[in-house]
Amino acid sequence: MANTPVEYIQHHLQNLVFGSHPEKGWIIAHTPEEVKQMGFWSVNLDTLGWSIAMGVLFLWLFRKAALSASTKVPGFLQNLTEMCIEFVEGTVRDTFHGRNPLIAPLALTIFVWVFLMNSLKWVPVDIIPGLAHLLGAPYFKIVPTADPNGTFGLSLGVFVLILFYSIKIKGVGGFTKELAFTPFNHWALVPFNLFLEIIGLLAKPLSLALRLFGNMYAGEVVFILIALLPFWAQWVLNVPWAIFHILVIPLQAFIFMVLTIVYLSAAHEDHH
Amino acid sequence: MNMNLTLFGQTIAFAIFVWFCMKYVWPPLTQAMQERQKKIAEGLDAAGRAQQDLKLAQEKVSNTLRETREQAAEIIELANKQANAIVEEAKEQARAEGERLIAGAKAEIEQEVNRAKDALRTQVAALAILGAEKILESKVDTKAHNKLVEKLASQL
Repeated sequence: MANTPVEYIQHHLQNLVFGSHPEKGWIIAHTPEEVKQMGFWSVNLDTLGWSIAMGVLFLWLFRKAALSASTKVPGFLQNLTEMCIEFVEGTVRDTFHGRNPLIAPLALTIFVWVFLMNSLKWVPVDIIPGLAHLLGAPYFKIVPTADPNGTFGLSLGVFVLILFYSIKIKGVGGFTKELAFTPFNHWALVPFNLFLEIIGLLAKPLSLALRLFGNMYAGEVVFILIALLPFWAQWVLNVPWAIFHILVIPLQAFIFMVLTIVYLSAAHEDHH
Repeated sequence: MNMNLTLFGQTIAFAIFVWFCMKYVWPPLTQAMQERQKKIAEGLDAAGRAQQDLKLAQEKVSNTLRETREQAAEIIELANKQANAIVEEAKEQARAEGERLIAGAKAEIEQEVNRAKDALRTQVAALAILGAEKILESKVDTKAHNKLVEKLASQL
């Protein structure tokens, strides 16, 4: 395993990768070199596994609440889910000025799912990787949002929705026109406009994914650095840092949700 | 940064979660919330109405109570009057009865007196005759002197 601090940190920042190795076929990568050789045709088992686990936890909890939903006095779970729903619904109502039954459930899914994925950061950095190591996994990184694949996967979905609704509401012509004739409404500036607008369009998913990834990754690195201290001194730093994440974790989930709503709201606005 | 297939895996998972949430989580929960909201609104309405009803009922009760009190007062007044009248009447009757009794007694006394006077008169007459006989030493003819004796007796 890890001997020097650098190795320890690198080890903790490496995902458990399963992929197609040019020489060895489909295997679990045991070294960073193997991961590199696999290239794109590989899967981060830990990221995907924990993402799905958190998503299923979210849907299971909320489905349970939905099944027992009644007009009687609500219980704890009922209150919790309804609080989330009311919060998300209010945000959507304030931000999204259109009628689309997808937006609110989408926002709820993003908020709760990202929150749950982020909250895996509260698990001490060595516990689950240590357990995984005992089970034979060479690497294990449990926070899916500290993996760019996780956050870009989300923002890719949002990007597809932005394109879909832009074209659905404005039509292919309308959407192209919007890209070509804003901000400068003159035919000579069409290439410039297109350049600007396409960058602006691509910046949306990029900023969504990078903001979440950057925050979570940086926080994770700091937790790993704190874990290098002697065990009796760690609490001095990691307790305040974990408490600080009570703010960071929901905030990042909230920002991701709000920006998604804002982008989709813009996609629904027809300027013509 | 090591981008790989996880990206698409994540996107697919995302799509499935959103679909599930949209289909099976969001509608029942929001519906239940709306229904509860409606129910609470109805409950509050009903409470407001009940309060109004209570106010009305209280007013009615106080009205009825006031009326009843007035009626009771009237009845008591009437009863008092009646009782006074009865007492007056009884007093009147008693007085009349007393007067009647007194008058009766007086009449009887007078009768008694008259009777006694009569008896006395006859006795005096008899005594007068007896005295006269003693004085005259002869018999007085009662029949002959009856007139005289009676005159004497009536003067007593």
